[in-house]
Amino acid sequence: MKRILTATTALAMALPSITVAQVKELGAGEGEVSIVAWPGYIERGETDKAYDWVTKFEEKTGCKVSIKTANTSDEMVALMNEGGFDLVTASGDASLRLVAGKRVQPVNIDLIPSWKNIDDRLKDAPWHTVDGVHYGVPYQWGPNVLAYNKDVFKDAPPKSWSVVFEEQTLPDGKSNKGRVQAYDGPIYIADAALYLMAHKPDLGIKSPYELNEDQYKAALDLLRGQRALVGRYWHDAMIQVDDFKNEGVAASSSWPFQVGLLASEKFPIGSVVPEEGATGWADTTMMAVDAPHPNCSYMWMEHTLSSNLQSDLSVWFGANPVVPAACEDKSGMQTKEGCAANGMGDFEKIHFWTTPTAKCSTGDCVPYYRWVSDYIAVIGGR
Amino acid sequence: MSDLHASLPARGLWDRLTALFWRRPGLLVGVLIAAPLLWLGVVYVGSLIALLVQSFYSIDEFSGVVQREFTLKTYAELLRPANADIILRTVTMAAAVTVASAILAFPIAYYAARFAKGRWKAAFYLGIMLPLWSSYLVKVYAWKMILSKEGIISWAANGIGAGAVLDALLALPGIGGNSLSTSYIGTFLVFVYVWLPYMILPMQASLERVPQSMLEASADLGAGGLRTLWSVILPLALPGVIAGSIFTFSLTLGDYIIPQIIGNSANFIGMAVYQLQGTAGNIPLAAAFAVVPIVIMLVYLGIARKLGAFDAL
Repeated sequence: MKRILTATTALAMALPSITVAQVKELGAGEGEVSIVAWPGYIERGETDKAYDWVTKFEEKTGCKVSIKTANTSDEMVALMNEGGFDLVTASGDASLRLVAGKRVQPVNIDLIPSWKNIDDRLKDAPWHTVDGVHYGVPYQWGPNVLAYNKDVFKDAPPKSWSVVFEEQTLPDGKSNKGRVQAYDGPIYIADAALYLMAHKPDLGIKSPYELNEDQYKAALDLLRGQRALVGRYWHDAMIQVDDFKNEGVAASSSWPFQVGLLASEKFPIGSVVPEEGATGWADTTMMAVDAPHPNCSYMWMEHTLSSNLQSDLSVWFGANPVVPAACEDKSGMQTKEGCAANGMGDFEKIHFWTTPTAKCSTGDCVPYYRWVSDYIAVIGGR
Repeated sequence: MSDLHASLPARGLWDRLTALFWRRPGLLVGVLIAAPLLWLGVVYVGSLIALLVQSFYSIDEFSGVVQREFTLKTYAELLRPANADIILRTVTMAAAVTVASAILAFPIAYYAARFAKGRWKAAFYLGIMLPLWSSYLVKVYAWKMILSKEGIISWAANGIGAGAVLDALLALPGIGGNSLSTSYIGTFLVFVYVWLPYMILPMQASLERVPQSMLEASADLGAGGLRTLWSVILPLALPGVIAGSIFTFSLTLGDYIIPQIIGNSANFIGMAVYQLQGTAGNIPLAAAFAVVPIVIMLVYLGIARKLGAFDAL
């Protein structure tokens, strides 16, 4: 899945403090619920029989689930603006835009009994909680890990992102030139900024998503140097899997999804969240302000927090459950080791994707649309 | 008399309609082509115009919001070095692919047109068309495997001791890379493979139209094989070559899948449009980029028309 960010305006900064009316009590289900979701996020056993978290919900509540998949955050926002949908699985770059645009309504957490099971670290996350009001229920999250070939790194996994940013000799005695990859999306500039945050403290970077002109320029310079090392930038998970196998890629930023896939094929792959930390994504189920089926929507939100769904989804998607118990209680296919591999223990080190906006907490920042054109230039060798 | 008059049947709606169309043939034609015309006019030209209009808007430097005011600022942005690179890269690739396809296609088309007979001719057509029947994506992914660092080409090259040749090729500045599949050479090879049939078919059609008598006349006048090829066959087959080149050139110009999968990730025009409109919300620049191939192709088609390419289609 591509979690592509979009250029937003200063909207996200000017959040309304008024509270829209929220649902006070639940009635009977309306018989259906329609959800805008990332592809692969809501499975009814059609792709793989073992992965189905819709059928039982439909049988239990009588709410027929219809899914509209969207490939970018832009599409999601557009669909929600169009109206007619109940819920959306919004990423951090879409969620605040939806709140600011008054497209989603506050969620009454008293009506969601499983709320108490949510990871404490996510209950008040800033990408869905505004002024203490919850605008959604966390769904899943994941890090962008550093994947590496175990044959190359032997027993010493890389400790730092420097293996993909700076030319050096890898443990197998050969240079990393031409043997590393980087993500083919402008949001990757944040990965460079994160690296600089640790290694060039005088730049004063506070958040990799809020860069002033100088910090931004330093990040681009780092990426220009990286261009000489990178053979191909990846954006398609399956192509990256293939490149690890056939192109001799030694290390790259990656998702747990690819790592899991390669490991299942007995490929010598490992992954770490290096000392600098990592970027990552976190998604939230949000409810449209004019949701036609509020009761079924609440039932679905409650259902998404069930340990069994969280467990299977996290295996399917290589992500982390927002209900920590799902890692261990064997309600689904997930295991403690699986969660650890997906980065469950690295939450504190993750800087979750948010859209860079012109107005930011530090004053004026470089907005996202410039990230796009400049990253295109970097990949083109400028 | 009056009886005869009365015996004429009452005329139904259908009859009257038929009569109307018979009296005014233009009306019938109008009704028949109204739907296709609407399709062409509204859906096709309409969307092109919408695109053109968008390209005259600009994006606000500060907030990233599209400003709906007429300006040429966005077109000026195309000239920025990074963007000009993309255009130059795409056009160079398209030209190289076209020339290589023409050179490769000529002997094939010539043999198929003049020497292959009966069953062989059918086999030739089949051989040329066959790759077009399988999915384009399957072919591109297959090529990714073939060209990869641990793929069959480098394996074979190392096996016959030509590994150094391959390495030297990949060390070429500008077009080289870490492996065939991450270099411009790889992108070029796959483009040529994928679009070659579009060059062979029109070329073959035009070669078949070169009269045998001309070749005999040329021989009678003492011209050798090369002379005949250069002075008789090539000029007569040129419209076919141009027609084929329209396909290979424009298809390469607009493609955004192949350079995403094969090559070093540097943007081509199609990829830039895809990224700018989808993720950046910079629709004006995406539209301006999309206008570039249209303009290039209009010029190209103008020249091709002069050279008589459309007679061979």
